[in-house]
Formats: sequence, structure tokens, C-alpha cells
Amino acid sequence: AAGEKKPGEKAPGEKKPGKKKTAEKKPAEQKAGQKEVGEKKKKIKKHHASRNPVLARGIGRYSRSAMYARKALYKRKYTAPETKIEKKKKEKPRATITKPVGGDKNGGSRVVKIRKMPRYYPTEDVPRKLLSHGKKPFCQHKRRLRASITPGTVLILLTGRHRGKRVIFLKQLATGLLLVTGPLVINRVPLRRAHQKFVIATSTKVDISGVKIPKHLTDAYFKKKRLRKPRHQEGEIFDTEKEKYEITEQRKSDQKAVDSQILARIKKVPQLRGYLRSTFCLSNGVYPHKLVF
Amino acid sequence: VFKRFVEIGRVAFISFGPHAGKLVAIVDVIDQNRALVDGPCSGVRRQAMPFKCMQLTDFVLKFPHSARQKCVRLAWEKENINEKWAATRWAKKIEAREKKAKMTDFDRYKVMKAKKMRNRIIKHEMKKLQKMSSKKGKKPDKSEKAPKSEKGPKSEKVPKAQKAQK
Repeated sequence: AAGEKKPGEKAPGEKKPGKKKTAEKKPAEQKAGQKEVGEKKKKIKKHHASRNPVLARGIGRYSRSAMYARKALYKRKYTAPETKIEKKKKEKPRATITKPVGGDKNGGSRVVKIRKMPRYYPTEDVPRKLLSHGKKPFCQHKRRLRASITPGTVLILLTGRHRGKRVIFLKQLATGLLLVTGPLVINRVPLRRAHQKFVIATSTKVDISGVKIPKHLTDAYFKKKRLRKPRHQEGEIFDTEKEKYEITEQRKSDQKAVDSQILARIKKVPQLRGYLRSTFCLSNGVYPHKLVF
Repeated sequence: VFKRFVEIGRVAFISFGPHAGKLVAIVDVIDQNRALVDGPCSGVRRQAMPFKCMQLTDFVLKFPHSARQKCVRLAWEKENINEKWAATRWAKKIEAREKKAKMTDFDRYKVMKAKKMRNRIIKHEMKKLQKMSSKKGKKPDKSEKAPKSEKGPKSEKVPKAQKAQK
């Protein structure tokens, strides 16, 4: 009876099954005044008052079984619609599968479970972490940039063939390296990558707010190209690889595009051009830890 | 031999310690090593201070020993010690040292260029005068006086330019 009290769908023509617990609800629950019954037969129909008069609070006149008869619940038996049951029965996933087995004395096939029981139950709830847990590949590493390095900062390169040169910082690339330019006409440093750690950031900044850096300048653009297919084995391997680096036309045009924008801004600051042309050096009595950059 | 003495009212410069760089007036002497000291206009509370960390200045104030802070302050402001101190070479040297320490890399470059230019000008003039004197032979006075007068205005120009650029 409890299951059938809760109707699923309303069967047409039948009176709308009243609220589940009219017996327990207060008699004042009656929904009077719903005269739309004639129009909407599927909608909520007028609820009957409680058929179980109250003797004292919480105690009704009739027993459960008497109420069953009085409410004519024997007439109001609802079953869940069949379609859902049928659907669920069909949706049951396969538990086993038969697979063919080789060898002539093994019988042709085995019945194999698709979802197997775990082969190991850990003694602790928290599963053991893989050794490589928390170790991300390089491409997923977090890139940091020192607060003192912002676009337009003058940097002093410390390593590489351009060591000691003062250079303008443009942006940080995806691998974390800094994209930097001389500009070329000032100190012969082209658009180049520099490593954050091998650079001193000075407090001198150029306003590069409106400068548009082409989007194709990425790490792949700057990466060194190496031939990896020595045709001759132990013959002339060293010759085939690129010895001489040739400046491509694209590099020249990119350099021009970026530098023309920056040079205009450099000219506005007095003496900055000469500053960028000069190189940084230490001499007697000059101690890096005492210098303010 | 000694010109500056520890006396009541002597203004001293504190060279090290928590109040390094400030001026104080000696109010009283406690014993051989310490003095009661007060710096109302320089942010030093009245306290005992060892003589070792004080360096005597040329200024002396007039107030009786153990005078209270109000009196010290009055005397200080009457003598206008703060302004007088700022005008001394001592204070200017300190200020110049601080500025030099704060120079950025770009400033250092600008100073280098300014110095270079100044030295070139001086050398140029020197050479001119030397030539003149060697040609004319008997005019040592002119060659000595002229470079001094030229160094003067130039030396004023360049430090001003340096500080303005800093």
C-alpha cells in the first residue's frame, strides 16, 4: 500500500490521486474553490476533506485498514509505467564475455569477466602515490617572472656573446625565456631570447605600452635548427650539419618591425641611446652587492 | 689644538647606533663616558648617550644644564641649527654620499658622460694656455690664473647637472 500510495503518472479519466497523507493532514487542508475541474481533467482535482475524524490530537477514529477501505485505495492501485522498467532491463551492461582461446586441448573459449575484482586491497585507505607524483613535464611548469622585470625594462645581459650589453625587455615567452632586443642598430643585439637568471634588471624603464610585438615570435621561431639525418655513416657527418647560421629575411623584417616602434620611444629619453650603446663593466672599488641597479 | 669641546649646549652629530645621522644637543654630563642628550627638533628623545657615538659640531646653544626639553627646543630654533647644519660642508658631503649610493646604472652612465665632457673641456683649455705660454715664453701668471678661474665655474656646473639628472 505504501508503494502504491505514491502515484507515478496520472491515468487519464481517473480522479487525480489526492495528496499522499490526507489522513494525517489537518482537515483544513481541503482545497476548496477549485472549479476548474471540468476544464483540466488531468490537473489537481478537488481534495476531499480528511475521512478520518480526529478524536484527540494525533488519534483518528478509524484504523489503518478501515481508512484503506474508506479511501477506496483498493481501486487506486498504480503501477510504475512499464517502459522505464523495460528500458532499465535492457540497459544492464554485460558482465562477462566469451573469448576464444588458442591451443587444442584448452577447449575453444573462456568466459571472462569484463569488470574484474581488484587484485590488491590496500591496508590504508589512501592509495600509494606514483613515484612520478607531482612531477610535471617541462611544458606544464609554472613560469615565474621577477617583479623587477616588466616590459620596457633595460636589462644587462651577463652571459652569452652579448655579455655586458644593455638591452630592452619585450615580453616573456611560453617557456619562460625573455624576449629581448638591442635594438639592433644601437648595440647589435637582435630579437633574441635571454634567460631570466642570467640577467640584471635595472630600474630604467622605457614606455613600451603601445608597441605591438608580432605574434609569431614564439619559442619555436627562435629554436636552433639542427639536421638529424646524417646520410653518410662515419663519413662526412660534421659537414652536413648547419655550420654557418644564415639570417633569414623573415628575421630581418621582424627585427625592423619591432625596432622601428621602439627606437621612437628611445629617442624621447635623453641619453638613453648612448646608455644602450655602452656596456656594463666592473672596475676597482665597484662592488655589485653595493650597486643600486 | 682642540677647538670643539664637550659643553652644555654643544650640538653633536650621532655617527652610529639607532639614531645615526641625527643632531642632538648635550644637556648634561653623566660621567666620563656618557652624556644626557636631547634632540627635540631631530626626533631624538632625551636620553643618555655615550660620547663615543657622538661627533661634535661647531654649534653651541645657550641653555643651563639639565634644562628641560622645551628650553632646548627654544634655543635650537632660535639659533636655527637645522638650517645652519644643512649649509655646512659636513652635511653636504653626507648628502652627496647618500645620493651617490642611490645612483642607478643609468645615472652612473650620465655622470660618467658629464665627467668626461667636463674633463675634456678643462684639458682643452689647459692645452690652449700651455701652448700660449710656451709660444710667448714669459707669461707664467696668465697660464696659472686662467685655468683656476675656468675650473671654478665648470666644477659648479657639473655637480649641479649631475644632481639634477639624478
